Amino acid sequence: MDNTTLARATMGTSLGFHIVFAVLGVGMPLLMSVAEGLALWRHDKSWLELARRWSRAFGVLFAVGAVSGTVLSFELGLLWPRFMAFSGGIFGLPFSAEGFAFFLEAIFLGLYLYGWNRLSPLQHWLTSIPIALSGAASAVFVVMANAWMNTPAGFTLGPGGQLAQVDPVAAALNPSTATEDPHMVVSAYVVTGFVVAAVYAAGMLRGRNDVFHRRGLALGMTMAAIAIVLAGITGDSSARFIYGAQPAKFAAMEGIYQTESGAPIHLGGIPDDTQQRVLFAIEIPKALSFLATFDPNAVVRGLNTFPAADRPSPLLVHLSFDGMVGLGLFIGFMAALFWLLAIRRRSLPTHRRLLLGLVLAGPASVVAMEAGWFVTEFGRQPWIVYGIMRTSQAVTTAPALGLTFAIFIVIYLGLAITTARLLLMLAARNREAGKANVSPVTSSHE
Amino acid sequence: MSSAELIAGILWLALTAYAVLAGADFGGGVWDLFARGPRAADQRKAVAEAMGPVWEANHVWLIFMITGLFTAFPTAFGVLSLALFLPFTIALIGIVFRGASFAFRAHGRDAVGPLSPWGVIFGVASVITPFFLGTAVAAVASGSIHAPNAQFAGSFLDGWTTPLAIVMGLFALSMCAYLAATYLMVENEREPALLADFRSRAIAAALASGVLALLAFAISAIEAPALMQALLGRGLPLFVLALLNGPLALWAVWRSRPRIARIAVAGQVVLVLWAWAVGQWPYLVPPDLTIAATAAPAATLSAMLVVITIGGLLLVPSLWLLFRVFKTGRTEASG
Repeated sequence: MDNTTLARATMGTSLGFHIVFAVLGVGMPLLMSVAEGLALWRHDKSWLELARRWSRAFGVLFAVGAVSGTVLSFELGLLWPRFMAFSGGIFGLPFSAEGFAFFLEAIFLGLYLYGWNRLSPLQHWLTSIPIALSGAASAVFVVMANAWMNTPAGFTLGPGGQLAQVDPVAAALNPSTATEDPHMVVSAYVVTGFVVAAVYAAGMLRGRNDVFHRRGLALGMTMAAIAIVLAGITGDSSARFIYGAQPAKFAAMEGIYQTESGAPIHLGGIPDDTQQRVLFAIEIPKALSFLATFDPNAVVRGLNTFPAADRPSPLLVHLSFDGMVGLGLFIGFMAALFWLLAIRRRSLPTHRRLLLGLVLAGPASVVAMEAGWFVTEFGRQPWIVYGIMRTSQAVTTAPALGLTFAIFIVIYLGLAITTARLLLMLAARNREAGKANVSPVTSSHE
Repeated sequence: MSSAELIAGILWLALTAYAVLAGADFGGGVWDLFARGPRAADQRKAVAEAMGPVWEANHVWLIFMITGLFTAFPTAFGVLSLALFLPFTIALIGIVFRGASFAFRAHGRDAVGPLSPWGVIFGVASVITPFFLGTAVAAVASGSIHAPNAQFAGSFLDGWTTPLAIVMGLFALSMCAYLAATYLMVENEREPALLADFRSRAIAAALASGVLALLAFAISAIEAPALMQALLGRGLPLFVLALLNGPLALWAVWRSRPRIARIAVAGQVVLVLWAWAVGQWPYLVPPDLTIAATAAPAATLSAMLVVITIGGLLLVPSLWLLFRVFKTGRTEASG
């Protein structure tokens, strides 16, 4: 394999691994803060115990997120030195701001995790607020940089292609930021909400129906339900923005080969480059034109109007896009069903089939989020900076990329397995503590 | 002072903070790996307690430095990423294993004891990471990274596989161990037995780092005359201070004065780093890349200074709070 393929594989794996921990780093602090806030407000020890349980799990998740994020910040340069030499001065500003957000998150998390006995209850709860805020801010800043790669702005090039003028604020606030940033941030809450709910739904299926399971499920599903609605709205505006700003990505998302007015939506199907159409898809006539512009006869530009070397892969992008939307609709349906039943029964629904659906919705939300990143990243190819620099021009000439890739795959597998085992162990320990009916270990690491 | 020089100075401060704070965390891993004697378990516990609340914040100095470097000096970052691909990749793997294994152990202590594979990985990664970061520093400081016209022109082994680099990698490792041992002396002032354990470790690390420093200086006379000239030129005042401070630090350790020792040993790291920085000023990556020539456009630098000011106003009181809560007044009951 050539360096470009290996570097893309390494970067993609690193991003795909890190993003799971990153979104929990955005969402979990908010859940912990709400639970602990309720404990203070209602003088309720079980809310406090729930916050403590989450904080122990989050201690592990945040550490893995921190080190895998470090990998990404290094890999920007190690894998794409020419990209960074060109772009660093333009789009680096939000990364610098992200550095501070990460700082604050790490500092207050240190206070939160290890401060249960050193801070007053109110002080302790207050430390959760900067964690939740800086976690969200980190996501906002990092996605600004990714948005810039999709719609580069804030600079002019001289006649020789060299950088002439730079406006880093305009680069950070590039056109994609307004749609990509909100969609990613709400998606982080979507995933956190559904994953947390799935954990407790799984427990309930095994007959565990204590106060922690009921409250964990309710709080998770509250976050999930609010966020999935927002994810739908922001995702819709993001797709309509891409129609205008990145027509090749848009055409690949929908498998549109020929330019047409009144373009259909292809549900599913396999885009076939040789036949230039989507096989086995369900077509909804004019729906795509309508959704993109609210005009059923609007023109959608086809992939074959782009030079062959400038086209993303419609197979990857279309399947990822439909995967994201399909799974998003499924988890949205589960959230709606859950709350409809809850309102009708005036208590948490515990039907086995519903719980089973919620257990599936957890991983489904993660896959949907990953698929969304596939759309963004595969859809931008062959560019690393859309229309400005090709991925193949950016890549390193360093040796041993294949070995590096293999090593990181092994590392990520090891980290994933160990993290999962550790979280299961923490959960088992919580159950033991509950069974013995003694107050659980308050801070195992003081 | 231009804004590029100002930001270079700030990044060097971040490097200093990383060395003095995170360096000690790596050193803690070294002493975890080499925990010996009847109090081995207590030594490991002391390391874990000292690192627990602060290591993640200490680690962020590295992120700050990396993002700051690619924003303010993108060409230098591009060249360094190519030239030091191998040592950076190895250090990166070390960083991942160190952080993850510490967290796995800290948060799952009952099942994952100090002798578990993750405990060993924690120690080994704490040795590997500072060593390879030290070799990377040697490559820069010795002026081995050639980039005429801001394009990397050299091999992927340049500068970090030399005898000088190996000695400087070991020096970095020994300084981390030295820092950790003196900090742990302070943390265990009230535990005479542990204090004595870490005192003898500090003395060993002090002697090792002293010998390695002199050896590095001698080798640089042959291998890297530019570094020698830098230290004896503009860097001379700081270099002399480092030579005077070294024995003072050792004296403080010897006489079991932990608080003086902590300041003196951290001061030694500061002096060495700044003697190097001042010595090679105005170069960022000698002999080809100066601070001015590799700087990002002025608009980026000004915007960055605004971000650093606002971020700093949030960061400094937060850091103060963190260290105030966990690193002072350990008299209160810590359960």
